[in-house]
Amino acid sequence: MALVSAAVGLTNVDVAFRLANGGVFRAVEAATLTVEDDEFVAIVGPTGCGKSTLLNIAAGLIAPTAGKVAVFGSALSALNRQAGYLFQADALFPWKTALENVAIGLETAGVSSEEARARAQDWLTRVGLGAFGDRYPHMLSGGQRKRVGLAQVLIRNPKILLMDEPFGPLDAQTRQIMGNLLLELWGADRKAVLFVTHDLEEAIALSDRVVIMSAGPAARMIGSWQVPLARPRDIAEIKLDHAFHELHREIWQALKDEVTKGYMQTVGG
Amino acid sequence: MSRTNLIVLQVLVAVVAVGLWYVLSTYPVFGHMVLPPFFFSNPVDVARQIFEWFVSGVIWKHLWVTLIESILAFVTGSIGGVLVGFWFALQPRTAAVFDPYVKMVNSLPRVVLAPIFTLWLGLGIWSKVALGFTLVFFIVFFNVYQGVKEVSPTVLANARMLGMNKRQLMRHVYWPSAMSWMFSSLHTSVGFAVVGAVVGEYLGAAAGLGYLIQQADGVFDAAGVFAGMFVLAAFVLVIDAGVSAIERRLLVWRPAPSEARP
Repeated sequence: MALVSAAVGLTNVDVAFRLANGGVFRAVEAATLTVEDDEFVAIVGPTGCGKSTLLNIAAGLIAPTAGKVAVFGSALSALNRQAGYLFQADALFPWKTALENVAIGLETAGVSSEEARARAQDWLTRVGLGAFGDRYPHMLSGGQRKRVGLAQVLIRNPKILLMDEPFGPLDAQTRQIMGNLLLELWGADRKAVLFVTHDLEEAIALSDRVVIMSAGPAARMIGSWQVPLARPRDIAEIKLDHAFHELHREIWQALKDEVTKGYMQTVGG
Repeated sequence: MSRTNLIVLQVLVAVVAVGLWYVLSTYPVFGHMVLPPFFFSNPVDVARQIFEWFVSGVIWKHLWVTLIESILAFVTGSIGGVLVGFWFALQPRTAAVFDPYVKMVNSLPRVVLAPIFTLWLGLGIWSKVALGFTLVFFIVFFNVYQGVKEVSPTVLANARMLGMNKRQLMRHVYWPSAMSWMFSSLHTSVGFAVVGAVVGEYLGAAAGLGYLIQQADGVFDAAGVFAGMFVLAAFVLVIDAGVSAIERRLLVWRPAPSEARP
């Protein structure tokens, strides 16, 4: 069974939050999703549809109200130790230099300080920041901070990579560069990736499979599309590809209604 | 404005203020003395008094006593504030139980505690240290509490995903965050340590700058009071400069408060 060997398997997952006024907010309903061991899956959905909630479930940061979460076939009951998580917001430790920020993930695992630093320096070089090790996060640009974040997560060599709109706050050019960097690093050893975004183009350009979620509350999965584009890819070039446009049009048909619905809900309160 | 111009203007303010003080306390205006020397002394007498203190060396003993009291108050208050701040922030139930009492004690004007400290601890330095402690403790306590509470949830989640256990979270996340808040209030807490020492001395002591001012006050020696105030101000400025230097070293990771050009 594919479900057993999958890196991440969500089965009929419901997530509900208790509200301050005593009510219950159903964020996600009956979500079923699998990410294979070497698969890059992108989740796309309108704002506020519970995409980040699903990632937090897969990370073990929150527990589902109902349903099953499995990581490599075994049920997840605590923090997902196999996963690395790249957050949307700034998550670097502001009181640590770039080098220390990258090294900390190894130090917590018991690697000696010298070795952790040497390997962190190596990773900083791989993300193009070899000369910036002694900078504190506030001295780096948004894109540079994301690169440090990427190195911080990847240095631990997680089997699963969870990414929550990691390039959301960046400008268009930087996003493209970061996307290519991500594909290059990922291509080296093909981890399972669950990548959340609201940008359909980014999702198609990066992933093997695009999953569309409906507008919240009680968001559901409404479709899944394989991306038959060859790798290695260049994000800027692939967006000119004919197959890219076909797929984009096809998925957008399904997404359009949900985006409008989600927008109306936001506007209507 | 260039640095030189700024310094020139700053000096000018002092010159004008002292000049006005001298003129108004020496020469009558329309037959009326605006600043009677009995109440306001005059810059020359004050300068002479300060000069005498330093030449005869009596001032050093008083400065030393005030310095020791301030340092002890600052150190004990900070340690207490850090410990209790951490404890309350990590044990919300304890914090909730003690909350009204913390607010009650903090709202008390600390000066009223001075007589009771003198009663308990005598006229020596410890009653002043105790007064300074009660002032410093609450500033540090509130800042550490806030610092631990206001760790960004994302940074905390990231730390957990990076595999930190409780002890590592403490060392790499809570502690630096609490310290950054504590150091941002360093000027205030050091200032309050000095206030505690001086007010305590003023209310009953055998040495210290506050004692010196109180002695001059007792014999209507306005020059002595003003001289004491100037020495005290200079003393605080020197300490403050030291604090700034420490701060610059310890908080290199923080962005400058304002990078805008004037």
